[in-house]
Amino acid sequence: MAPMSEKVMVELHNVDKSFGENKVVKNLNLRIREGEFLTMLGPSGCGKTTTLRMIAGFEDVTTGTIMIEGENVVNKPPYRRNVNTVFQSYALFPHMNVFDNIAFGLTEKKVNKQEIRQRVTEMLSLVQMEGYEQRMPSQMSGGQKQRVAIARALVNRPKVLLLDEPLGALDLKLRKQMQVELKHLQRKLGITFIYVTHDQEESLTMSDRIAVMNNGILEQIGSPDQIYNQPATKFVADFIGESNILEAAVEIADGANLKVVFETGYAVVKATGFTKDEAVYISVRPEKLKCAAAAVPGFNLKGVVKEHIYVGSIIKTIIELPDGQELIMSSLTGTPLIPPGETVWVYWEKEDTVILHANEERIYNLSEQVPKIEVRA
Amino acid sequence: MIKKHNKLTKLLTMVFLTLIYIFLYLPIVVIIFFSFNTSKLNIVFQGFTLQWYGVMLQNTGLMSSLKNTVIVAISTVVISVIIGTLAAIGMYRYEFKGKGIVDSFLYIPIVIPEIVMGISLLAFYHILNLSLGLLTLIIAHVTFAMPFVVVTVRSRIAGYDMSVEEAAMDLGATRLHTLLRVTLPIIAPGILSGAMLALTLSLDDVIVSFFTTGIDSVTLPIYIFNKVKTGVSPDVNALITVIIIVTLLILLLMRTYEAKSQRKGRI
Repeated sequence: MAPMSEKVMVELHNVDKSFGENKVVKNLNLRIREGEFLTMLGPSGCGKTTTLRMIAGFEDVTTGTIMIEGENVVNKPPYRRNVNTVFQSYALFPHMNVFDNIAFGLTEKKVNKQEIRQRVTEMLSLVQMEGYEQRMPSQMSGGQKQRVAIARALVNRPKVLLLDEPLGALDLKLRKQMQVELKHLQRKLGITFIYVTHDQEESLTMSDRIAVMNNGILEQIGSPDQIYNQPATKFVADFIGESNILEAAVEIADGANLKVVFETGYAVVKATGFTKDEAVYISVRPEKLKCAAAAVPGFNLKGVVKEHIYVGSIIKTIIELPDGQELIMSSLTGTPLIPPGETVWVYWEKEDTVILHANEERIYNLSEQVPKIEVRA
Repeated sequence: MIKKHNKLTKLLTMVFLTLIYIFLYLPIVVIIFFSFNTSKLNIVFQGFTLQWYGVMLQNTGLMSSLKNTVIVAISTVVISVIIGTLAAIGMYRYEFKGKGIVDSFLYIPIVIPEIVMGISLLAFYHILNLSLGLLTLIIAHVTFAMPFVVVTVRSRIAGYDMSVEEAAMDLGATRLHTLLRVTLPIIAPGILSGAMLALTLSLDDVIVSFFTTGIDSVTLPIYIFNKVKTGVSPDVNALITVIIIVTLLILLLMRTYEAKSQRKGRI
């Protein structure tokens, strides 16, 4: 694996983007390191693709700066930026064969023919497409086109590769395979990848860091582990994986222990930085949720087992609280199941609680969101 | 359903089809046939000759009208392809105020009766004090041919993914290179069919040309039209035969080009 350096490759500073009255990116600050695999994750319309297109140069920024290798590029056209893009639709040139497609960037740079031949051949072997030089794009499958599109971008030896949902059009099995291949490719080449996707599972699999966006705002940036286990906002907790989110109010804030009260019960959890009577969200992953036949110290949350859903290696148990809210608990297949209709007491380990301020303004405090460059272990 | 066709319906289909083809092509065959006729009249075939092809070449009126037609047609094709293609690209790529109106106005030359167009162009030239000649003829032909180019090129662009242009720029191509290396080759089939349409429209136009041509710039259709009153001479048959052969050759070339592109998977 290429060592990840401390050098900042791409930096977005206070970037805003509006289409007419419509603000699609709001005060975005982002630093991407050299050799990093950063995923921009969010639902459609969250501004992630627009951000990528601003880095590529297809869209102008409304305000703010974009630095690539320390140079402000906002006034540079796409053909003067040392980044290359892999498009969701592949965007291969339909009138050129595979060789000419891959050679396009090199012929634009007037590289000599012999070197072009050598570099294109190298790329074809890198993406395992040897022997396809003479094929036309219309004669290839989606996966093959995608490999050619990746080769066409990488042959230019860009500092940064931008990928706009590159696997979106592939079927599930091929997508999984390409995820692994792309990740290996990125490690091997040590190029900075900025990868846009709405698939949270894909982002968890591939990324060094994930930037979660929603409504044009960067909600959280961090490692897959941080994003999954320590979501900073309700949106992140909800969007990444499955989560049980309960509305609650802080009743007692006593040092490290916090007693939060739900509509139908209470729990004592570990957390600091919350004040009495504050409205909060409690988020617990289904695999962290447990239940018992009697109340467990520190918890008082009663529910009725509604049904079990078999999903292969795990079984999801739906537990209904008295106020109608449903909680999901997942357990490994083979664990004894509580028959539906039984009343159970729900609990979890104190450390497994994610507690979030319900006060939106505090969540969206952007100055706290500027990522610090940290060395990853 | 097709399997149920019995022999009678099959026979009737064949007869019907043959009749349609006869109806369409017999007049042309007759013209070609009489171009080899020794008699001056297109009524009886007296004997085989190639003399009319010689006479045709000697007929200065006929040859100069042919020359005018070719000049006008080629100019029309070149000008309407350039303007029409740029207009189609522009209309596809950019949103601007009044685009809808511009769009509808483009179709007016297509649907307007030629006689109206001819008269209004004549009046317009008169106001501008332009003397009628090849120039006025070319302007008139471009006016009615250009919208056809716009329409064919636009339909080609509509079926094509704009991100290809972004990909070209992303790979280092300037706007000009993107146009030359990517956009134009992709829309080339649309440009080609637009050009062919413009060519045929210009070649055989009578009505608009009738109003906008001068004495020195008589085109072939006008020349023949005028001769009809005194009777068409067999050298005109000969010229028509030549034109038909040239047209067939162009068609054949286009078909081979298309077939080649399809084999290479380009279209």
